[in-house]
Amino acid sequence: MSARDTILGRLRERLDGPLAAPACDFSVVTGRGWSHEERLRRFEDKIASVHGEVIHTDHAAWIEALISMLADKDIKRLGLGREHPIAQEARTALADSGIELTDADRDIESWQREQFDSLEAGLTSTRGGIAETGSLWLWPTSDEPRRLSLVPPLHIAVLDADAIEDTFFDVVERHDWAGNMPTNALLISGPSKTADIEQTLAYGVHGPRELVILVRH
Amino acid sequence: MSVETYTPQAFHRQAHDALGNPQIRANFRQAMDGLMGKRRDAFGDWDVETLRELGANIRLRALAKLPDLLEQLEAKCQANGIKVHWAEDGEQACEIIRGLCEARGAKRVIKGKSMVSEEMHLNAHLEAAGIEALESDLGEYLVQLNEQTPSHIIMPAIHLNTDEISDLMHAKTGTERTRDVDYLTAAARQQLRERFMAADVGISGVNFAVAETGTLCLVENEGNGRMTTTVPPVHIAVTGIEKVVEHLRDVAPLYALLTRSATGQHVTTYFNMISGPRKPEEHDGPEEVHLVLVDNGRSAIYQDDELLDTLRCIRCGACMNHCPVYTRVGGHTYGTTYPGPIGSILMPHLQGLEATKDLPSASSLCGACGEVCPVKIPIPDLLVRLRKEAVGEGRGNVAGAGAKRNRSEVLAWKGFQWLATHPGAWRASTGIAGKLRALTPAKLGPWTDYRTAPKPAATSLHALVKRHRRDAKQEGKS
Repeated sequence: MSARDTILGRLRERLDGPLAAPACDFSVVTGRGWSHEERLRRFEDKIASVHGEVIHTDHAAWIEALISMLADKDIKRLGLGREHPIAQEARTALADSGIELTDADRDIESWQREQFDSLEAGLTSTRGGIAETGSLWLWPTSDEPRRLSLVPPLHIAVLDADAIEDTFFDVVERHDWAGNMPTNALLISGPSKTADIEQTLAYGVHGPRELVILVRH
Repeated sequence: MSVETYTPQAFHRQAHDALGNPQIRANFRQAMDGLMGKRRDAFGDWDVETLRELGANIRLRALAKLPDLLEQLEAKCQANGIKVHWAEDGEQACEIIRGLCEARGAKRVIKGKSMVSEEMHLNAHLEAAGIEALESDLGEYLVQLNEQTPSHIIMPAIHLNTDEISDLMHAKTGTERTRDVDYLTAAARQQLRERFMAADVGISGVNFAVAETGTLCLVENEGNGRMTTTVPPVHIAVTGIEKVVEHLRDVAPLYALLTRSATGQHVTTYFNMISGPRKPEEHDGPEEVHLVLVDNGRSAIYQDDELLDTLRCIRCGACMNHCPVYTRVGGHTYGTTYPGPIGSILMPHLQGLEATKDLPSASSLCGACGEVCPVKIPIPDLLVRLRKEAVGEGRGNVAGAGAKRNRSEVLAWKGFQWLATHPGAWRASTGIAGKLRALTPAKLGPWTDYRTAPKPAATSLHALVKRHRRDAKQEGKS
């Protein structure tokens, strides 16, 4: 008999007989009823508490906010997609900026070393935000692959203020994640961190050292 | 730093050594005090009891449907392109993983944190086959450099302080000696990035496996889990069969409970949900994803209604953070993969009670573990049950049941039982004990190492009450 059949057989022929499944009441993880302002405030409080840097801007001015932030941080090489409107707008605006734009929509095998060693920042869109935990949710695509938000030392995420919802449960339910799961779905809440050395918090252990969120109102 | 092998059989000696080590005691005391405070704050504005109730019910529902959910998980994973493997024990699981590595000609494996892989001693198995397995979680990396095992399931290097880590990294990797944690972290980042790029296979654990969607969820802060599951061309996830949940929505409350209970965080940096290998149009991610489902004693625990609760565990470590015994003796003292209260109720099933008979007694039954458990496992009750099993007074369905049975102890209790149920004999014997109290020995084994020996009272409580009643009666008369 295969290991599979042995294990399943043991579980099915349970000594103490079949088990009853209890009902689950999910109301404790939903129904917050926060206003738009309250959501925004909570989102910012939570993500700032784990070193996420929020920059408020709007749909007209976000590119200027991006440019001045890149200048402040002295970023010379930025990785980004090509198809997403955010990437398109950024490409147009940064064309003559002196910042080298690196295509992220390439098979990683052709630029692994480059991505690890010389990419200074990655720009991505986000699907939305979660107020309760100060989280961004991303479903990486072939245009903005998984590692764009992971390998470069700076991750710049663009979030629309209207796309912030109350809880993770609300997001999973309202956007029917169960019916649409992509290869990789991510919640990101701050830059990479560790407290493995005597509980002292240090940022940027494996992933980005900094996370900047451009919130577009 | 000396390399020591710890075993559950030597629990008492190891506990004695740890208690006499001020450095270990200070490291754990400080860490556990911090963690308890953080957990309290993290649940500040929550209805914790309702959330724990939900967490418990989600886990109980998953266990009630366990065989069906495992089949559903397998089917969904396969439909998503994830290959599923089943292992009855750790040895089989190691063989499966070694086979997968060899099929790819893999020589270098990078690992994300996985307690199941610790449980089955995967690293040693792979190394014996000439495959290097490198831990990438910072704590696990340090513990591996130090040729040790984790002393805590969430914070593997919690037993080491900054000076010790600085010395270790200096000796093994040539970094500067410093107390600058940012420098040490950055150095480890640099060392490990090269290893991620060079790795042929990435191996991770799983926090929740979702049957409904065939999704593997990984909870982490560092990003090494995302690296491990995204950079190498092959990703092998290994998990115990009990980690399955029914619906995707089930993970929201469990994740909320896990991070707050474990480290007092309202959320971790990453929640990484993997539902398949890289698709043709995608530009990164592994070409192959495998899921290894490991039983290793779990289906035996599953048989018994009471013991079943052990399988609810979501591996947050809150029970050890709040355990007065764990805090004093540290994680290595237990000599098992999982230390602390959860280890004491889990390891007897994995290793048998012959080896682990002292663990269920390594508790004062204060109840803190049960009160903080995010899925309401009645840990103190299970400790008592395993104590009974250890002395052969339980149902006898735990491996090694009766291993701690001792003839003279059984006789002593039988004698006490007889005396306590025969009032005449009881009064006579307490009377005699009172008269002979001068003969009570001053030393009574370990009990008197730190306490004075108890002496029977000259007059028993029984006799005192009788005298008191008689006196009261006479006063009433006069």
